[in-house]
Amino acid sequence: MIFNIYQKQYNFLLHYKKFIFLSLILIICSFLLFFFKGLNLGIDFKGGTVIEVKLEQKVSTEKIRSNLAKYNLGDTKVKEFGSDKEFLIIFEKKGTDNNFIENMKSSLEKDLSTKLNFRRVEVVGPKVSDELSKAGSYAVLLSIVLMLIYIWFRFEWQFGLGSVIALFHDVTLTIGVFSLLSFEFNLSIIAAILTIVGYSMNDTVVIYDRIRENLKKDDQMNLQELINNSINETLSRTLKTSGTTLLALIAIYFFGGEILKGFSFAMIWGVVVGTYSSIYIASPFILLTNIKRDWNEVIDSTP
Amino acid sequence: MLNFSKLKILFISFIVLLGFLFIIPNFFDKDLKYFPSKKLNLGLDLQGGSYLLLEADIKPVVSQKFQLKITDISKKLRSEKISYSNFKTTDKEIIFDVKDTDKNQVIKLLNSSELNISISGNNKEYLVSSNQKSINLEFTQAFFDQVKKNSIEQSLEVIRNRIDQIGTKEPNIISQGNSRILVELPGLKDPSEIKKLIGKTAKLTFRFLANNNKDEFGYENLTGKNKSEKYVVEKKIIISGENLVDAQPGFDNINSSPLVTFKLDSYGAKKFAYFTKNNIGRNLAIVLDNEVVSAPVIRDAITTGNGQISGNFTPAEANNLAILLRSGALPAPLQIIEERSVGPDLGKDSIDKGIISLIVGFVLVVLYMIINYKIFGIFANLSLFLNIVLLISTLSILEATLTLPGIAGIVLTIGMAVDANVLIYERIREEIKIENNNYIAVEAGYKRALTTLLDANITTLISAFVLYFIGTGPIKGFAVTLSIGIITSLFTTYTVGRLFVSVYLKNHKNNYISI
Repeated sequence: MIFNIYQKQYNFLLHYKKFIFLSLILIICSFLLFFFKGLNLGIDFKGGTVIEVKLEQKVSTEKIRSNLAKYNLGDTKVKEFGSDKEFLIIFEKKGTDNNFIENMKSSLEKDLSTKLNFRRVEVVGPKVSDELSKAGSYAVLLSIVLMLIYIWFRFEWQFGLGSVIALFHDVTLTIGVFSLLSFEFNLSIIAAILTIVGYSMNDTVVIYDRIRENLKKDDQMNLQELINNSINETLSRTLKTSGTTLLALIAIYFFGGEILKGFSFAMIWGVVVGTYSSIYIASPFILLTNIKRDWNEVIDSTP
Repeated sequence: MLNFSKLKILFISFIVLLGFLFIIPNFFDKDLKYFPSKKLNLGLDLQGGSYLLLEADIKPVVSQKFQLKITDISKKLRSEKISYSNFKTTDKEIIFDVKDTDKNQVIKLLNSSELNISISGNNKEYLVSSNQKSINLEFTQAFFDQVKKNSIEQSLEVIRNRIDQIGTKEPNIISQGNSRILVELPGLKDPSEIKKLIGKTAKLTFRFLANNNKDEFGYENLTGKNKSEKYVVEKKIIISGENLVDAQPGFDNINSSPLVTFKLDSYGAKKFAYFTKNNIGRNLAIVLDNEVVSAPVIRDAITTGNGQISGNFTPAEANNLAILLRSGALPAPLQIIEERSVGPDLGKDSIDKGIISLIVGFVLVVLYMIINYKIFGIFANLSLFLNIVLLISTLSILEATLTLPGIAGIVLTIGMAVDANVLIYERIREEIKIENNNYIAVEAGYKRALTTLLDANITTLISAFVLYFIGTGPIKGFAVTLSIGIITSLFTTYTVGRLFVSVYLKNHKNNYISI
């Protein structure tokens, strides 16, 4: 057995107020970061051009950067991407001429005196990037609302609210960490956030399910104790699932190539935060609300 | 729960067999005998290719329509002997002045169905209002929508023609929304040629260079291919590209420089013959998208309807021009507002990396499950494997497109399937602690885990659906694999996995089972 935790009972709710306080601070920090530092938006949301280029001969980042200066590309970034002959060139300007990129390529080949292979070119106009950011935010909000409704129907409103607060916590902290580390925020990160939303909800639902089951069994037990028991009973599954998911994600992070790095980083972070929030945010939230104790239902009589 | 009827077992085996049947063609390039021909498609990011999103700029079309409307209105007013003045246009309106005494009659005329054409149902082209002496025609949204729709429909046709002529494999060209065209070109190595072809409106006109004779339509100043050459060209059009029936690249007989030969339809040929006969010695101006391609002197009347355009072309330019002329002009200029191109070698890299990460992730998970749950871990792994088979074969049946995010979705599905197994097995462990009969304990474990399993998977399914309906391109691919994966994983872990366990328990009814 990997985790020998069946015998041991942890008291998760002993310091729950401190944890809620900690999360509040982290949420506030994330907001401050978001509003004052902002996100390093990728071209999906900001508009602009990304070129992944492979050179036949080695050229320094500096040289590429100085050679690009004359094209008036606006804010330009050049960074190594995978190996020392592969670079990512990101710039603000979207060429107004449809053949801008091709012309730039041939003149750059002359300047750097090496053959260039533009392995990937992505150009996103300002109108499209506006639409993409709108669609992204709607997608996150809409899925949270739909889940709230689903949980509300399946459980009680307290559970719905608790799970959504936990989701809000996870999404905010993910955006916060992207702002803090200045990692590029693009469409695949939105996909990651939506997956985190699904995952964190999944985690919360498993614990809530157990709380509901225990509430049905026993209407006398002290609520804090009951919730704590529910967390403990599901703990091994929580850790094992997070563990296996993390295994798969770490594999993507290291072997999936540069393009999937941002996505898998967001997911790894989201799994950790999501697991934390279902234990320390979503569960104590039920304690704080006035949950009904009389779950007047016949206890499952089948073996 | 652990009793499976023969029929049920048959059904489960049937589904699994189907899964294998539909996955096999993916491993072969050719179509196989006795196997379905449907295959999983690789997305542009995996096989390389270009994705272009084009938007039509309808402003020129609208202003053209406004000019036509103004001509119609003034004709009508003249025939009714009503005087008018000061025609002006804005983005959405035509404004002009009439005498106060004529106002009511003019409004009545403007509202007649002869001028104000009805578009659909009660929607008319414009709404008439007046203040003081001016009349104001405000064009309706329905009008603009129709202009957009028509120009996109026509453009779609033209773009299809142009791309077909280049001959890339299986291009996907569809309209998106009401002012956009999506072009997907799988396997294309270099999009620059296609972009050159798409960008051009390709409006061809034959006109005269201005001479001293006064021309009632006026003149305009145009430049040649290099901006230094300047021409004064009559606005009056002799014939335009619409009268062309064919255009082919060719070479000059004398100095073998590249040129384009064209053939006119009978109307165009007659008109061309008439104008050339009466204007021998003058310069013709061949104008493409407001640029003078060449301005040859008319030496003879051209009566055959055949002609040629030369203009210092390279062979490739001549070929492109011929394609453009053959496939017709775009009603509105198209702008590339989004482009994503991936070279084929990068695509291959991405597949390799995606597959490696998939295998590494899978191996790690498989080991983890066996260490944790022993023989039950093997059942879980078998059902995981079947899950991937069913997932990929379902995607093949749908002929879905597998993208990089799609692979991420598959990896995530493995995670979800593992979670389902963990949920069930942990529950069985709990039940075994309080129940001596293995059979009853395992059955209870499956039963109790089901609600949790459903709640957990339905919530994930909700976010996958939202992603599918709101997301675009690559995100959609992720959503598709995720939602199909959730469904197949529920089937393989809960049903197929349970079948394995039930067979195992039949042989180990009373022994100690290690889980």
